[in-house]
Amino acid sequence: MERKNLEEIELTQKELAKYSRHIIIPEVGLEGQKKLKNARVLIIGAGGLGSPALLYLAAAGVGTIGLIDFDVVDDSNLQRQVLFSMNDIGRLKVEAARDRVLSLNPYINVITYNEKLSSQNALEIFKDYDVVADGTDNFPTRYLVNDACVLLGIPNVYASIYRFDGQASVFNYKNGPNYRDLYPTPPPPGLVPSCAEGGVLGVLPGLMGCIQTNEVIKIILGVGDVLSGRLFTFDALGFTTRVFKVHKDPNNPLTGDNPTQTKLIDYDFFCGIPQLAEKKSQIKEITPSELQEWLDEKRDIQVIDVREQDEYDLVNIGAKLIPLSSLESHIDEIDRNRPVVVHCKAGGRSARAIDLLTSQYGFDNLYNLKGGIIGYIGELKLSLPVY
Amino acid sequence: MATLIIPTPLRKYTDGEANFVTNATTIEEAVKALTETHPKISNQILDTNGKLRHFIKVFVGEEDIRFLNNEQTEIKEDTIVSLIPAIAGGVA
Repeated sequence: MERKNLEEIELTQKELAKYSRHIIIPEVGLEGQKKLKNARVLIIGAGGLGSPALLYLAAAGVGTIGLIDFDVVDDSNLQRQVLFSMNDIGRLKVEAARDRVLSLNPYINVITYNEKLSSQNALEIFKDYDVVADGTDNFPTRYLVNDACVLLGIPNVYASIYRFDGQASVFNYKNGPNYRDLYPTPPPPGLVPSCAEGGVLGVLPGLMGCIQTNEVIKIILGVGDVLSGRLFTFDALGFTTRVFKVHKDPNNPLTGDNPTQTKLIDYDFFCGIPQLAEKKSQIKEITPSELQEWLDEKRDIQVIDVREQDEYDLVNIGAKLIPLSSLESHIDEIDRNRPVVVHCKAGGRSARAIDLLTSQYGFDNLYNLKGGIIGYIGELKLSLPVY
Repeated sequence: MATLIIPTPLRKYTDGEANFVTNATTIEEAVKALTETHPKISNQILDTNGKLRHFIKVFVGEEDIRFLNNEQTEIKEDTIVSLIPAIAGGVA
């Protein structure tokens, strides 16, 4: 991408009028507004965090905004992804997002990447940007974004959420610490639930995404104290905010005293995803249609749902509820002498339950319902709510 | 008595308790007291060798214990200890 000097940047009369509330702030001014117009920011993920980031960066007049996401808009996204409307359901997120922000500000350039970020494409995409805003939803991508930013020397503005908790920081800013200094290794898969399993308060990504966007704008303008070397945490339930120090770790494989990593790696492997898949492949599976056959034949089986009570209340298929979180306190309620079908929402938690019951408690009569209750409802075309 | 602040994702393992108050004098003792009172949290914060898991940060005040004296970091009566797990969620 062609890069311009600040002196070459001009603002039209319409742009001056649009950004007037910025321009009259001394810390921004005409020069700051030109810096915003000249800036290139890449947003990773058009989701709960990416929504406010994209809207506010576009509104602020950031001249070039890149957006990467490979998903389509789903009705369950709208609870927090305020970028989208009902009319967007089924559309590619990046396309719906681009239309939305260009209707807000036609004077900016939005570049979309309808692809999954990977070790193969990350450096090529990132290299054209000044700042990256990481709003992704999984550990492999977190580490990938971090490492790509470190290798290219780009600041990585980080925010992350879970239920009522939010975190934010700025990594790799002026040689400051990065994500690996804070968390050297990811949790093994399964120990920390994803938002799809754990849920998230819809307003929380709005709050954290705005904090993230504020840091992006400060970096572009070169004003204030950037949240580098510090971790901001927010507990929305207790309304508690804290700021912790983040130091550079001498053992960091990228930026420590003896760096061992000079390129991007296999992040799924690093985060234990294939190892989990290998474990899952050893688990007996049953398809929704097969389960229905067993039920129709009135076979003597037990069906256990390992989701949480609230999910069960939302929709269930009459199974016995034993949430994964309290499974080990209810071992004696699980039959050993007849087939037991275990299900959750989509098959992940039930696989972990089966792994636990098999390896720790010697069960050998367990079947994982493929695709969970969502797969069951879909395959059998039941008129039950999905979430 | 030092206070350990339990992050919301881990409160289901402490019967919903947000704070754990202890008269322990080091992080190691405090974590031991926590896991003895709430055994279910043990697997979440300790690895199979009984060491604190890397993705659970422990801060004494605003300092990371890795840059103090790790598990041997001393805590006092008014010390606030925060457990901060890695969270990745966002768009799912």
